[in-house]
Amino acid sequence: MLRFAIITGTLALKSLRRNIMRSGLTTLGIIIGVSAVIAMVEIGQGSSKSVQKTIASMGANNLVIFPGAAYVGGSGVRTGSGSATTLTPGDADAILDRCRPYVTDAAPAVRARTQLVFGNKNYEPNYIYGTTPAFLQVRDWDLMEGQCFTDQDVRNSAQVCVLGATVVRELFDSEDPINKEIRVNNKPFKVIGVLTRKGANMMGYDQDDVLLAPWKAIKDKVVGQGLANVNQSAAVLPLDPSQKVNTVSQLYPSQQVLYPQPSALQQADTPLPVRFTNVDQILVKAGRAEDIPVAMRMISEVLRERHRITGAQTDDFYVRDMTEMSKALGSATNRMGSFLLAVALISLIVGGVGIMNIMLVSVTERTREIGLRMAVGARARDILLQFLVESVLLSLLGGFIGVLLGRGSSILLRKTLHWPTELSIPAIVAAVLVSAMVGIVFGYYPAWKASRLDPIEALRYE
Amino acid sequence: MDMIRLVDVLKTYHLGEVDVPVLKGITLTIERGEMVALMGASGSGKSTLMNILGCLDRPTSGQYWLDGEEVSKLDNDGRALVRNRKIGFVFQSFNLLPRTSALEQVMMPLSYTNTSLSTRECKERARTLLKRVGLESRMDHEPSQLSGGQQQRVAIARSLVNQPPLLFADEPTGNLDSRTSKEILRMFQELNAEQGITIILVTHDAGVGSYAKRIIRIHDGLIADGAYTGQPEQQVSIAPRPQVSLLGDPQSCSASQ
Repeated sequence: MLRFAIITGTLALKSLRRNIMRSGLTTLGIIIGVSAVIAMVEIGQGSSKSVQKTIASMGANNLVIFPGAAYVGGSGVRTGSGSATTLTPGDADAILDRCRPYVTDAAPAVRARTQLVFGNKNYEPNYIYGTTPAFLQVRDWDLMEGQCFTDQDVRNSAQVCVLGATVVRELFDSEDPINKEIRVNNKPFKVIGVLTRKGANMMGYDQDDVLLAPWKAIKDKVVGQGLANVNQSAAVLPLDPSQKVNTVSQLYPSQQVLYPQPSALQQADTPLPVRFTNVDQILVKAGRAEDIPVAMRMISEVLRERHRITGAQTDDFYVRDMTEMSKALGSATNRMGSFLLAVALISLIVGGVGIMNIMLVSVTERTREIGLRMAVGARARDILLQFLVESVLLSLLGGFIGVLLGRGSSILLRKTLHWPTELSIPAIVAAVLVSAMVGIVFGYYPAWKASRLDPIEALRYE
Repeated sequence: MDMIRLVDVLKTYHLGEVDVPVLKGITLTIERGEMVALMGASGSGKSTLMNILGCLDRPTSGQYWLDGEEVSKLDNDGRALVRNRKIGFVFQSFNLLPRTSALEQVMMPLSYTNTSLSTRECKERARTLLKRVGLESRMDHEPSQLSGGQQQRVAIARSLVNQPPLLFADEPTGNLDSRTSKEILRMFQELNAEQGITIILVTHDAGVGSYAKRIIRIHDGLIADGAYTGQPEQQVSIAPRPQVSLLGDPQSCSASQ
């Protein structure tokens, strides 16, 4: 069998080589088709990859976990989602720990909205996040200058911060912000880094209007009264003993207390609920866009277990994803893919017709050879196979050259015009397979015609 | 044993509505090791008979035993196998493959043979045969670099590569000058004498026919002469016979071609 294949293969190669110019021109259709397809797929994939990257930088692979709605027991007061304080930094660690590899990073975040002051300027940024260094990985964010705070800083509640470009512009003008001290809600924070510019997000919010700091520092020193917000009734006790420490840094020491100081007895009657440290949200990065549904399910499981929620009980948290974005992305790439496929098919059909044409000419031209081969004992299927192998070889050769040419041109485009291109193995495999298919489909009719020749007439053919 | 035995072979072509009988009942025996000339004017059915004898065509009716095997009922593939194993062909126009070396021409039929020969053995066999026909120095030459006689020798070597017991030569000297014709015909005689290959020369040329030991004449779809192997002494005295005048003069036949 192998010997037969070798004989047929070399035979086909020889007869193609006998007419090398014509073989080359015939297969040119396939070469152009395949190389166009490869180049287009690589360029398309490259640009879709870069679009994907851009969208991912806006947070397409991100999941946000919010705490659930608080239900103030008995009072009938119902609040919106995010009002309960059920998420802890420990949840973030547990999610990262147990949902790998679907989750690659998780960062807890505490939000605040307050004034920043530097020198004679003040500014209130849209976002103040108390978080961990993982935040930058979750959001695919780099630093333009300086460095980010460390996990050590987070543990120490170090008063350091990283600023977004907009904040830098508002507070510093042309000054270098690194190592300057700004005041956040009157607490001094040292600027140790500046984030790269990201621009507006999908909703139109300026993403650079941001300050990042260790979440403990924000929680303890900026939000401060956060613990008192645990429930509404506690909020009216601003001077409870646990918060006394904060009054030290009160800007105006002479400030009068509006409400009378509660007595010890009153305080004993209304104890503050003892709560764990909560965070406002947890940001999670899924490994890939496709992993998002799995990641969401796994996060739910982990959190339900940690929060001891069983059976039919409703979750005390929400997991949100950027479905819209990933959907838009998916449909764009799908349409691109089917469009390319159509172009590929058309060009390969054109190439195939060229091959069929030349094979028909070749059969007519070699009628005497066919007759001779039949006379010395070739069966109809030997002749069929010979011509079929010839056309398949021709189109496969065209496919291979086309792949090389397509790869070459896409590399050239990347090198010279800096277009993003991406090597696509499936496209190469498909191109080679399709060109072999074209060889079989369009070579079959001429080969069949050759095999049906009558040896007597073929031998006499002039 | 008989190499070829035809019994009452008929061949009729259908041209539209009309049936044209070409062979009208041929009964013929050719012994192993004979050298026979098949002669006849054009349109006599000579070519049709040769096609049937060479297993290129099937008779409409009648039986054909080739080397003890009934081949008239075989299908296309079966006849291809018989041609490959038992029959060598030499044609008037040589029918060599263009732009292919002599060695590869000779090896070509082996690619359709189900043998256990390795490529090296195939090459060796082809070389031996090319040497046998006196072309050892021209093995890598393509047909365009060979003279007519050399081309015909390549064709002879090719016809012998499967060691067939039967060799058909269809007007083998038709495209050659008289000197080369003699060489080629002598080569056939040698093959016949030395290796016992049965050779059938198909020709309308009495000069070519005279190289054969026996002449079979076809006229109007019937055998006019030489259907059976006669006595040896009879075989020697071939050449023009009285019957020829009745069938038409061979000289005028060749002139009309």
